[in-house]
Amino acid sequence: MRMVRIIARRELAGYFATPVAAVFIVIFLALQGVLTFNLGNFFDRNQADLVPFFNFLPWVYLLLIPALTMRLWAEERRLGTIELLLTLPITQGQAVVGKFLAAWAFCAIALALTFPFIITVNILGKPDNGVIATGYAGGLLVAGAFLSIGSALSAATKNQVIAFVLGVAVCFLFAVASYPLVTDFLAKSSPLLAEIARRLSVAERFQGFTRGVIALRDLIYFASFIGFWLFLNTVIVEHRKAD
Amino acid sequence: MTALIEIEGLTKRFGTFTAVDNVSFQVERGEVLGFLGPNGAGKSTTMRMLAGFMTPTAGTARICGHDVQADSVAARRMLGFLPEGAPTYPDMTVAGFLRFVASVRGYSGGEAADRVEHAIGLTTLAGVRLQPVETLSKGFKRRVGLAQSLLHDPPVLVLDEPTDGLDPNQKHEVRELIARMAPEKAIVISTHILEEVDALCTRAIIIANGRIVADGTPAELEKRHPSGKLDDAFRAMTQPRAA
Repeated sequence: MRMVRIIARRELAGYFATPVAAVFIVIFLALQGVLTFNLGNFFDRNQADLVPFFNFLPWVYLLLIPALTMRLWAEERRLGTIELLLTLPITQGQAVVGKFLAAWAFCAIALALTFPFIITVNILGKPDNGVIATGYAGGLLVAGAFLSIGSALSAATKNQVIAFVLGVAVCFLFAVASYPLVTDFLAKSSPLLAEIARRLSVAERFQGFTRGVIALRDLIYFASFIGFWLFLNTVIVEHRKAD
Repeated sequence: MTALIEIEGLTKRFGTFTAVDNVSFQVERGEVLGFLGPNGAGKSTTMRMLAGFMTPTAGTARICGHDVQADSVAARRMLGFLPEGAPTYPDMTVAGFLRFVASVRGYSGGEAADRVEHAIGLTTLAGVRLQPVETLSKGFKRRVGLAQSLLHDPPVLVLDEPTDGLDPNQKHEVRELIARMAPEKAIVISTHILEEVDALCTRAIIIANGRIVADGTPAELEKRHPSGKLDDAFRAMTQPRAA
């Protein structure tokens, strides 16, 4: 665990050593603001809640999180620092988890900086802050799920653009899996497939959290989702590191 | 005296291409082994397998008795490794980078600071300690890589082209440094500079097309060619039809 922390700390410091952190946070906050207040009709709805905010959150993540993860491994491979990192006395699993946790901590910081939304809604009305809290918890889990996808795909290539595009595409699949667009299509051939797609959808799982429900099965879903992709990440690193 | 590095039947194939073909040798404490060969002969691949970065197709290596595959982390604790091209994280400062390596190597607090200072002193990096690595010249970058490999005073040093890109004065300093450390360590260096082998190495191995073609003291290798020059011996052994 100590090694994971050391790796994570270096990685997190890396975000702030470059303009990546500032650009990401500013764009994230700007997008969430514009989408919530303008497209989401935050004021016209006349309801003291953050439903529009949480509705847009997975879509903003879809775009920005692969941008955050694309460098995680692709950059190490391009610079050759992966050879340095993986010949230090650490396991590959520790490196994978450390990098993932750094990116997740960074997302948590960005998400925490959306606190003015909570203040705004509390000034304007009497929202159910419990529901807001579970929504934030769900948002963090969605971020973790997308980060684990992006991190694994970043290990598969030296090219950051490819890592980004693949990341967006795969995250998109898991985001829309519960949408009629996908389920109707699948249901034509097999209703079972449609049901599986719905169960696998990140967006579907997130819905519960935005309504104030933290279900054990959703927590298990996110834990196994992230665990699966990080395992895949480790396997990819093992096989591709020296290419 | 026991060998600190033991390599047994090390083989690496990439598809049908055999990069390293059944290479075996041992290096004892006090030896400085010069690893010579034309580009693409398999020097770096052998060193990467020794450092546990690449998985051998067949055979194995042991560092201080620890198998680099089965007991990989323990083997890497005993090893200081300078990868080809001396990769370092470009946005970290010299001191920050070395502190990171020190903490991964298990040092903390005052001891870590002492280790970093010692490594900076050995490689004369004091003047650039707070500069980001990306702003440094090639020679300085190489020395940062060297400092990283020496920091924990390992019994085994594997240095892939440690003097590449250094000016003549810096080359001299690095050779002195290696010579000073030599009595307590087993050191493997790869190089293209044959005079360095004469000046520094107690033994040299010439590798061509993945196979060991010569193994002996520099003086013995020189005798293999009528001219008595290592240059000529090297060419005769590594070119299939030397003129």
